[in-house]
Amino acid sequence: MKRTLADRNRKRTFAGWIGKRALGGVLTVLLASILIYGALRLAPGDPVLAMTGGRRLTPDQVEALRHRYGLDQGFMQGYLAWIGDALRLDFGTSMNYQTSVTSLITNRLGVSGVLILYSAVLAIVFGFAVALASAVKGGLVNRVAGIVAAVTTATPTFVSAIGLLALFSVGLGWFPATGAGTGLADRLWHLTLPAVAMAIVAFGVLARVGNAAFAEELRREHVEVARSRGVSTAAVIRRHVVRNALAPILTIIGLLFASLFVGTAVVETAFGLDGVGSLLVSSVSRRDFPVVQGIALIAVLLFVVVNTLVDLAMPFIDPRVTVGGPGR
Amino acid sequence: MLAKKTLARKGTPDGRAEDRRDALGISGLSLAVGTGERAIPLLADVTVRVGRGETVGLVGESGSGKSLTARAALGMLPRGARATGGVTVADVDVLAAGRRQLRDLRRTRASMIFQDPRASINPVRRIGDYLTEGLRARGVPARAAAERARDLLDQVGIRDPKGAMRRFPHEFSGGMLQRVVIAGALSTEPELLLADEPTTALDVTTQAEVVGLLKDMQRVHGTGMLFVTHDLDLAAAICDRVYVMYAGRIVEEAASASLFAAPAHPYTRALLEASPSVHGEKAEIKAITGRPRALAESPSGCSFRDRCPLAGDECAGTVPAHRPHGTSLVACVRPEQVTP
Repeated sequence: MKRTLADRNRKRTFAGWIGKRALGGVLTVLLASILIYGALRLAPGDPVLAMTGGRRLTPDQVEALRHRYGLDQGFMQGYLAWIGDALRLDFGTSMNYQTSVTSLITNRLGVSGVLILYSAVLAIVFGFAVALASAVKGGLVNRVAGIVAAVTTATPTFVSAIGLLALFSVGLGWFPATGAGTGLADRLWHLTLPAVAMAIVAFGVLARVGNAAFAEELRREHVEVARSRGVSTAAVIRRHVVRNALAPILTIIGLLFASLFVGTAVVETAFGLDGVGSLLVSSVSRRDFPVVQGIALIAVLLFVVVNTLVDLAMPFIDPRVTVGGPGR
Repeated sequence: MLAKKTLARKGTPDGRAEDRRDALGISGLSLAVGTGERAIPLLADVTVRVGRGETVGLVGESGSGKSLTARAALGMLPRGARATGGVTVADVDVLAAGRRQLRDLRRTRASMIFQDPRASINPVRRIGDYLTEGLRARGVPARAAAERARDLLDQVGIRDPKGAMRRFPHEFSGGMLQRVVIAGALSTEPELLLADEPTTALDVTTQAEVVGLLKDMQRVHGTGMLFVTHDLDLAAAICDRVYVMYAGRIVEEAASASLFAAPAHPYTRALLEASPSVHGEKAEIKAITGRPRALAESPSGCSFRDRCPLAGDECAGTVPAHRPHGTSLVACVRPEQVTP
């Protein structure tokens, strides 16, 4: 009886904890949305003038445009109208394309989504492998891996994009230089270079952080104990090193997802891909505020959702992470 | 009861009278890291023997090489270390053994208990995983391994063994965890138990319980034990024989009983005088002057001579050979002056 009561209490605190985390996430998104909306008002230059490109307009026309984009309202009023629409997935109408921002973004999510996932898989698989190999082998392997990780971390995405283009599409001609392709295989073929360009920094970060995490776990006494019991090296690494290093690595992966989303801006522009990132870049240069705001809000949402999921996974990865408070 | 039965079965695995062989035989073991001029010696000419079912103490200060010696029994040498001499565990030549042989040795013949139980058990895995790991590595089916683990948990006095198997290490106290570690070490029915300061990380009352348990389990399972500690009193209380180690060398070997009455090496005597006693009249606690030395930085001749009150010119020449004195085997040139 006592046990079941304790279990029920534990379940209740766990549900409450999830609720708290979710509430925190919602508040973060709301706060960010105020900043995103406020940026429109703070930005230099008049959006209407920028949009019309200096053509002469009658005061009535200007007034009509201001009204259409909510620029004639007070800050709070305008914000509430905008966020209310955004909650219904309506980010307004693009000044440039004169179509719904939502459809502009969703039409491009196919390219950007595949690109982000593709590069995430590349970064995680290779980063993990290099981190583990260098931590376990040590010595020269470790030193070379450290240099590779440092160089890749420090290589800006636009540099690696140009380098990859020059080598593999212009030079060797193995991969296409532009376009997203049609059908799964063709799309993956087209997106390989962009995905690699984006994955390079994330790979470097993962290789470094993963190496540190694995190396730290390798030094733990329970690893030595397992070896002293004749457990095979592969099993020791799987059960005592990788398993225990998962928490910091998963945290980094959560953060990397957000940076990959932002990375699409550079890569999609460099490779002529029609995705959310290149849409963001062109919209910023055209001062297409509704589009910029919509993409920014989605980026924040993605960041918060991924990191909340990572947080929620922690108690399952490390039982010492107590629900609803710091560990002992 | 059950444990006794399994022991009886195991005592003569193939009918031969193997009971005579030693659980552990270390002879003339020297260990050094690095090569040539820059080699750093860690152990020199260490000889330790543990008979079957015997409890042997290995006592020394930090850095004296006692843990290194215990680890060498499992073939766990420091990275880049080279060993000379002989190490055998139940007839297996440890220094010559390949990876597979070493793994088999660790899975079946020898187990080690480490100092800090909380560090010994993987914090993110369940107690049951820890207990069955050794058996599973050997290929015992999961169900049989779990049954054996529950049985052992019961033997070491953990309440609700079934529930304990599902719990995580942080839900147990240090003393309870060391019981779990002992159960884990015994799970493979080893012939040799290497206990590396198994009570140092525990508080005093728990220490007594754990030592008592260790002795009980060792008696029931007929395991030979090398008990590594810096506590000479503790070693003398539970061991049949005691080796005293200083700066990578064995300086004295004696039966526990005679060690207190007649220490034959100045270092042993100094150790005894340095520890407070709750028995008898109050005696002054005498700290040993200087600081403990590692083998690499010890003086020529007798390593202890720069801290020894009896040291003379003849101590500087060569490392004193082991010679019998009373019931001891001692590496000192004038043991007769140690205990007047």
